[in-house]
Amino acid sequence: MSTLKPITVNVDAYLGLNKYEVDEGNPHIEVAPEPETELFKELVRICPAGLYKMDGDQPMSVDFAGCLECGTCRIVGAGAIIASWRYPSATMGIEYRYG
Amino acid sequence: MADFDAIVVGSGCAGPVAAHELATRGKSVLVIERGNFAGAKNVSGGRLYTHALREVFPNFRDDAPLERRVVRERISMLEPEAGLTIEFSDEQMRDESQDSYTVLRAQFDPWLVSQAEAAGAEYIHGIAVESLIKDGNRVTGVSAGGDEISADVVILCDGVNSLLAEQAVGTPRPSRSSVAVGIKQVIELDEHVINERFTCSSDEGAAWLFMGDATHGHVGGGFLYTNKNSISLGLVVTVADMVEADTTIAQLLEDFRQHPVIAPVIAGGAVVEHSGHLVAEGGYNALPTLIGDGVMLAGESAMMCLNAGYTVRGMDLAIAAGMHAGRSAATALDNGDTSSKGLGSYVKALEDSFVIKDMKTLRRFPDFMEHTPRMFSTYPELACSLARQMFLVDGTPMKPVRKKAWPLLKDVGLFNLLKDARKGVKAL
Ligand SMILES: Cc1cc2nc3c(=O)[nH]c(=O)nc-3n(C[C@H](O)[C@H](O)[C@H](O)COP(=O)(O)OP(=O)(O)OC[C@H]3O[C@@H](n4cnc5c(N)ncnc54)[C@H](O)[C@@H]3O)c2cc1C
Ligand code: SF4
Repeated sequence: MSTLKPITVNVDAYLGLNKYEVDEGNPHIEVAPEPETELFKELVRICPAGLYKMDGDQPMSVDFAGCLECGTCRIVGAGAIIASWRYPSATMGIEYRYG
Repeated sequence: MADFDAIVVGSGCAGPVAAHELATRGKSVLVIERGNFAGAKNVSGGRLYTHALREVFPNFRDDAPLERRVVRERISMLEPEAGLTIEFSDEQMRDESQDSYTVLRAQFDPWLVSQAEAAGAEYIHGIAVESLIKDGNRVTGVSAGGDEISADVVILCDGVNSLLAEQAVGTPRPSRSSVAVGIKQVIELDEHVINERFTCSSDEGAAWLFMGDATHGHVGGGFLYTNKNSISLGLVVTVADMVEADTTIAQLLEDFRQHPVIAPVIAGGAVVEHSGHLVAEGGYNALPTLIGDGVMLAGESAMMCLNAGYTVRGMDLAIAAGMHAGRSAATALDNGDTSSKGLGSYVKALEDSFVIKDMKTLRRFPDFMEHTPRMFSTYPELACSLARQMFLVDGTPMKPVRKKAWPLLKDVGLFNLLKDARKGVKAL
């Protein structure tokens, strides 16, 4: 896998424009306890919300509050890095106003 | 006796249409949608071709929340600092039998719900179906929010990231190469500014697709659609390719926003939403089993989506599939047989419709896209280089175009070019 070029985008600022009902303390995605770095790097590239982040060479713990519920990490991390993936509890999560 | 004749899971494009068709045929139908309102979880580009909608709702133009009719088609091939754009306009784009409109799903999907409800369908919003209830191989109902609800037939319209399709008909979750990831921003811009920038009236606008540097050469493309007072801008990139990239998909979109062809078009606009969604792109070969005992799949839960490189079409397919699913389910209920045999007319109806026919026609395209990376890098660059040779003049004596073009073509390799062209034509 190629190394990442410098990242200038502030995805968190964009996510801040979205409307969410955040289910505090009840994340709907669980990452495997010690995720393999190479696989984690795939999620860094693919998550449209930019939620998977590295601290140098180390995967960081993921805050799913900004999740767009797209399911891409479920496909990419199937069986390896994503321990469980479900939709958020009733009425929770992203609420698009445009879509 | 079951609680309902039919349960529809998901209210995107396919679900409400299936429910409408069942309800108008006197069947009791419950739709369960996990969003707090339909559309709350949904993303499209989005351009909706109207033909399928018209078949179910002939008067949709009266009040459906459509943004702008598409009367300008553009395709751009991008290099980092250049773009060659082809524009097509045609009076026939105003012909109601073949026109298309941009839509925003948080507005459009609730309208579909209102049509289904007016026909008598019942709705539960804000709760996801967690699993299907089965009796042996037969689906007999759903489990949602701690309740079990039974029905003679369950129609899965829960979209591309279906967590239920596997339990319903045993299809494994899609592979990396059969899905693409979409990322999109809605950028608010004054209606009249859009009219001026796209030289159109307030009811009309453009659909614009991008190849090449939009995805920094990755398999996929960019899109721009004009809404009434916003612009939808985004990318669709094949997952298998993007996981290897030297950048993130969010950065890819940021770079695209700043491309000299895009920046002036969205200048002064404000991002009001940032979204992400999967798109099925495995094509015909990725279609799963469409029916089982007591269960049917319609729309992108069954990977029904056409990605022909120059356009993504899933909404009209989902609407048509929902229509056929609802009608076939009603007939099966009348005959008292909702086993997979009794539901078989659905598959036949789809095979006779544009849904399966178009997917079959384009069945080689997903493989062609995946294995012809030159389409997304070399050829857009070649197009820009040729245009540069034609249009830039610095006063040094001209060379004939054929002499200027030759070195560029030689770089690509004439053989490669012919081979790719042949494969491309065959795939389309
Ligand atoms: C970036 C992007 C651009 C696109 N551009 C276009 C375009 O320009 N034109 C076009 O025609 N198509 C386009 N598509 C494709 C199109 O959006 C889809 O094919 C279409 O929406 C599929 O309709 P559907 O009804 O099958 O699924 P969806 O519209 O996805 O609806 C599924 C519904 O099911 C609900 N749901 C899911 N799971 C559950 C559950 N367990 N319980 C209850 N509810 C559930 C969801 O909340 C959702 O409302 C695009 C897609 C993307 C992502
Ligand atoms: S579901 Fe989509 S947005 Fe959410 S973490 Fe996974 S990839 Fe990111």
